[in-house]
Amino acid sequence: MSVGSKVLVFGGLVLAALGMLYGLHYAIFVEHQTLDRMGGSLAQAFLSAAQRNPMEANAAITAYASTKYDYVRQVDVHSHWIGLPMMLIVLGAVLDNVAFGPRAKTWIAVALVVGSFVFPLGVILQTVSHGAAFASALAILGSATVTVALGAVVWGFASSNA
Amino acid sequence: MSTQVVSTNIAETFAPMSARRLLIFGGIALIAGGMLFGDIFAVFVLHQNGGQTGRALLAASEAVSAGNALAVKEAFQGIGGLLEDHGTKVDAHVHMTDAGYLALLLALIQPYVALPPRRKKLLAGLFITSGLLLPVGIFLIHYVGLAYSPFAAIGWASVLADTAGGLLIFVLIAEGYGFQVFLQGGSLGSEPELPAERTWERRTLMSGGALLILVGFLYGAWYAGVDLYRQEAREAQILKDMLDYSAGGQGGAVVAVASYGSLAAERAVKIAAHSHVIEFGLLAMLLSFVQPYVGLSERWKRRWVLLLLAGSAILPVFVLLEMNLGLVAGGIADLGGLFVIVALIGMLVGVLRYSGRLDLGTEGGS
Repeated sequence: MSVGSKVLVFGGLVLAALGMLYGLHYAIFVEHQTLDRMGGSLAQAFLSAAQRNPMEANAAITAYASTKYDYVRQVDVHSHWIGLPMMLIVLGAVLDNVAFGPRAKTWIAVALVVGSFVFPLGVILQTVSHGAAFASALAILGSATVTVALGAVVWGFASSNA
Repeated sequence: MSTQVVSTNIAETFAPMSARRLLIFGGIALIAGGMLFGDIFAVFVLHQNGGQTGRALLAASEAVSAGNALAVKEAFQGIGGLLEDHGTKVDAHVHMTDAGYLALLLALIQPYVALPPRRKKLLAGLFITSGLLLPVGIFLIHYVGLAYSPFAAIGWASVLADTAGGLLIFVLIAEGYGFQVFLQGGSLGSEPELPAERTWERRTLMSGGALLILVGFLYGAWYAGVDLYRQEAREAQILKDMLDYSAGGQGGAVVAVASYGSLAAERAVKIAAHSHVIEFGLLAMLLSFVQPYVGLSERWKRRWVLLLLAGSAILPVFVLLEMNLGLVAGGIADLGGLFVIVALIGMLVGVLRYSGRLDLGTEGGS
C-alpha cells in the first residue's frame, strides 16, 4: 500500500467518523430545534399578516430565511463530510492504478484529504457569520482543490487505460 | 452463462461467512433496497406531497386574506406534517443507500484492518444491522411521532435512528482503530488483499465512476456559485409578496404560491441531479471491486456494467430536464433509476452464484 493510499484511507475514515459525529450531534441537539424555529417563523409571518401587521410579518420572513440559510448549510456539511470521505477511501484503494509517480500520487492524496476537510469547514463557517468572505473563500478553495485533484485522478486513470 | 474457473487467490478473498462477504452482500442489498425505496417514493409520494403542500400554502394565504388566524394555524399544522413526511422519506432513502456504500467501502479495506477475524465479523454484522435500523427509524419518525416519548422533541423512532447512527459511528471508529494498528505494523489479519486483475468491467466502472463524480462536482460548484444564493433571495421575496398580496386582498397570492412551488421544484431537481450523479459514480467505482466475485459470463457482466452506467447518466440528466419537459422527463428519470436497481440486483445474483459455487467446492483451485 503506497503512502498516498494510506493517506486517503486513513483521512477518509477519520473524516467519515467526523461527519457522522457531526450528524449525530446535529440530529440530537440542533435539527429538531432548527426545524421548529423555521416552521414557527413561517407560521408567525402568516399569522402576523392575517392580523394585518406587515412589519412583524416581514421580520418573521427574514428570521425564516436566516434559519433556513443555516439549515441548508448544516445539512450540506453533514452530507459532504460523509460523501467526500467515501470517495477518498475508494480512491485510496485504486490510487496505485493511476499513471503517476509515487510523489505525485502522495500530493494528489493530500490535496483530496485537505480539500475534503476545508470545503465543508468553509460551508459551516458561513453559518457563524452570514455572507462572510473568509468562509466563502475557504469553501471555494476546498471544493476547487478536491475538483482539480479528482480531475488529476481521472486523467491518471485514462492514461493508465490507454 | 459460462462456468468460470476462479483462482484460489480470489476464492481466499471471499471466505464463507467472512466479514468481507457479509459486508458485500449487506452493502449491495442496502443500496438496492434504498434505491428501490427512492424510486417508489419518487413515483407515488413526491409529486403528490408537493401538490398537497402547495394547496395547504394556498389555504394559508387565503386565510391571511380573510384575516383568519385560526385557519392559518391549521394550514401550517398541515404543512408541517407534509414536510416531515417528505423529509423523513428522503432521509430514509439517502441513509439506506449511504450505509450500503459504507459497507462496500469497509469490505474494501478489510485486509488493512488488523483485528481478530471474529471481531471483524461482529463489526460487519453490527454495521449491516445498524445500516438497516437507521433508515427504518427515520422512516417511522413521521408515523410514531412523540407517542409515549419521555422527551420534548424526540420520539422513539428518532431514538432508534440515533442509536443505530451511534452504532455505525462506533463500528467506523473500531475499523479506523484496526487500520491504525495495521499502519503501525500490526498483522494483516485473516483476509488477503483483493485480486488486482484489470478486466474490461473493472476499468469501465472505475473510469466511468470517476468521470461521473467529476461531472457531479463541477455541476455542484456551478449550482453553489450561480443558483444557491439567488434561490435563497427569491424564496424570501416570493413569501413576502405572497403575504403582501394576501393581506392587501389583491389577486397575486395564487401566482406567488405557484412561484413558490416552482422554486421548490427547481431547487429539488438541481440538488437531486448533483447528489445522484456523484452517488452513482461512487457506486460504479465500488462495484468495480466486486466484479471478481460476480459469477456470471463476461457477456452478462458487461451488460450489467453498461446498464448501470446508462442508468447513472439517464437519471440525473432527466431529473434536471423535469423543469422543462415535466412528467415525461420524470418518468424517464425513474426508468434510469430502475436500470441501476436492475443492474445492481443482477450483480448481486452473480455474487450469490459465485459464493454458492465456492461453498459447494465447485470453484477455486485453477
